[in-house]
Amino acid sequence: MRHACLAIVVIFAALRAAAIEIEDHRFYPALAGDPAEIPLRVVSTADLDVFDPYLRAFQTARPGIAIDYTVVSSADLHRTIGDGAVYDLALSSAMDLQFQLANDGFAQSYRSTATEALPDWARWRDLIFAMSVEPAVVVFSTQRFAGLPVPTTRQELIALLRAHPDLFTGAVGTYDVRTSGLGYLLATQEDRSTDAFWRLSEVMGGLDPQLYCCSGQMIDDVSTGRLALAYNVLGSYAAERLVRESAGQMQILAMRDFANVIIRTAIVPATATRVEAAGALIDMLATLALREGRGTWPLPPLTQTGADAATGFGPIRLGPALMVYLDPLNRRGFLAEWENAMVQR
Amino acid sequence: MRAPSSIGRRLTLLLAGVAALLAALSWAMVTGIARQAAERTQDNVLAASAATIAETLRSDRGEVRLELPYSAFAMLGAISEDRVFYRVAAGDAHLTGYADLPVAAADAPRPGQVSFATGAYRGATVRIASVTRQVLAGDAPVTVTVTVAQTRTGVATIARDLSRLAAIFAVALFVLAVGLSAVATRASLRPLNEIAAAVSRRGPSDLRPIRRAAPAELVSLLVALNRLMDRLGQSLRRSEDFIAEAAHRVRTPLATVRAQAEIALRSADDAAARDRLRGMIRALDESSRSAGQLLDHATVAFRADDLARAPIDLADIVARTAAALEPTATMKDITILRETVQARVAGDPVLLDAALRNVLDNAIKYSPEDTTVTLHVSRAAGTARIAVCDEGPGLDSGPGGDPVDALTERFRRGSNTEGVVGSGLGLTIAREVLEAHGGRLELGPGPEGTGTCVTLVLPSS
Repeated sequence: MRHACLAIVVIFAALRAAAIEIEDHRFYPALAGDPAEIPLRVVSTADLDVFDPYLRAFQTARPGIAIDYTVVSSADLHRTIGDGAVYDLALSSAMDLQFQLANDGFAQSYRSTATEALPDWARWRDLIFAMSVEPAVVVFSTQRFAGLPVPTTRQELIALLRAHPDLFTGAVGTYDVRTSGLGYLLATQEDRSTDAFWRLSEVMGGLDPQLYCCSGQMIDDVSTGRLALAYNVLGSYAAERLVRESAGQMQILAMRDFANVIIRTAIVPATATRVEAAGALIDMLATLALREGRGTWPLPPLTQTGADAATGFGPIRLGPALMVYLDPLNRRGFLAEWENAMVQR
Repeated sequence: MRAPSSIGRRLTLLLAGVAALLAALSWAMVTGIARQAAERTQDNVLAASAATIAETLRSDRGEVRLELPYSAFAMLGAISEDRVFYRVAAGDAHLTGYADLPVAAADAPRPGQVSFATGAYRGATVRIASVTRQVLAGDAPVTVTVTVAQTRTGVATIARDLSRLAAIFAVALFVLAVGLSAVATRASLRPLNEIAAAVSRRGPSDLRPIRRAAPAELVSLLVALNRLMDRLGQSLRRSEDFIAEAAHRVRTPLATVRAQAEIALRSADDAAARDRLRGMIRALDESSRSAGQLLDHATVAFRADDLARAPIDLADIVARTAAALEPTATMKDITILRETVQARVAGDPVLLDAALRNVLDNAIKYSPEDTTVTLHVSRAAGTARIAVCDEGPGLDSGPGGDPVDALTERFRRGSNTEGVVGSGLGLTIAREVLEAHGGRLELGPGPEGTGTCVTLVLPSS
């Protein structure tokens, strides 16, 4: 009987686990203190190589806390928190999904002097806190762009793609908005903000675009030369990779006509039990987010986006309007249109 | 019931209470209005949001379609950081949004009409706005209900902030009102205090009616006070009249009896009988003198009320009085010496006569035989004086205090007067007369340290 029960629990756990795809996972044992204590369970969309310095810094400050870090896609993160999975902190770049979680009551409020120092646009109701703001940029391969003019607006990009179908067919990458929450957010915000979005999508659709789940893989393919350009890549990842390994293979392009700036946010899920530790990590992230200058941290601070990325646009506003495109009917309509444009044949 | 300690304090407390009540009322009103205004704002935005969504409803191949407009939620996000829920249902079929969100349904919803409700959803109080619209889906019209709900944190925050502001204003208003009411109370009680001061400044025998401009509320008090003083004055006058009448009636028979006793004395041969008769005559004299003094006292009390102000030379009075008492003095071999200058005063000659007569009478009475009593008239620093100095045993001021006060009490006599008959009224009469004239009586030892000087001091005219 006991075995049967155990089996059922295991099966349920497996089902729950199977519902989301864990991309990466690492356990940081406590540097000091009781090893039997429950670790701080963090679920995040940020890759380990981006976020590892933050966790190590946090453990230096709080050696008694073990950290269990799980990397999932933003859609999976939204689903698993919405299903009531137990995590102490959820970090995501898909601010619309984060907002919906907070709006629907899956986040608990947290307040400290560090979070109160955040500007108004960088938090919402003591439920959502900004960690960094990152522009969506175009990353291109310097090798494959040899001899071509570098476009600075979408109009120029459209013209370039139209003029050189031979160079770009099969060599343009962007998010698959059907699977990537961040890609969907960027696409819908572009739809709202610029008329060129659908024409660009049509043009890209004609060039057999490669669709990706994540920024990291797109950047990988640009750096190897498989892709000539990747559209809508998160600036922080791209910059971080460029500095570290590309040796001039890649270049970042910030569109001058319009650029989406997203806020990477943290929420404390309603299921969290180690709220104090989660709050401490939020405090550290919020304090780092307000630092002067970029420093050695992978993610850019809130203060630098404007000048650094030369976008001139403020970040996407945290607010109920973010939920408009999450509406199933709207989503269905948008995806249908997107598929029409992107996956033509 | 406890007696009120002070009208001023009570009035201030009452006014402060009224101010507190008004402040609390105004605070409650402002709070209520602020809350209403905030709620109405939220209702308007919710209605606009629902209407914006309803406008996108359309029919497509027999199905109800809609596209949530970005502005519908952006406007909700603009007014406050509140959680937003929504739901669109076509008839009973759920189209999109939060399927379990309650609908604010009016009893008979008209298309396009927005109905509101307040309810609980997902652990929070929400304000719900629903709007219905008929959409032709296929061949039958379907009633589509668009519901938008928002939590009320923003409303509560605005209401609380305004309420706090209103509370600060109310307290400030209250403090100001208390200060002003204290000032107002003092100002309105000033006439009362002034009348009280005027009454207490009066002399002991001043029973004239109070003639002051008084506020309407105090007029009745003043009238009552004046009537009381009038009655008191009448009553005093009646008793003085009675005393005067009595004294007068006693004096005449006394004179007759004295005359008879004199005759009997002259015709008596027996030494013992003569002694008895002499004692009798002395007693009769004293009684007659006392009756005279009582009469004088009554006269003073009567005439001082409405004092005559005739020009008088003190030297005349001195001459008159000295002449009147010359016989009495001669009986004791006392010489009356007059040292007079002209000293003019304004006053009642009858009263001044009485005053000086009583003082001089006293001096003669208490002087040993074969001495001199000096009447000295002088002028000094706006005053005219008559000093009556004898060579008698001097004053013994008795235990403690001013000899003038002690000796001028009615029926009070000095402590070294045994063996001399007297009523003790003489100095009282003199003092009352002088005070009625605005002067005073001074008592002191004589110029060489012996005897007594009684000085009548009057303001000179």
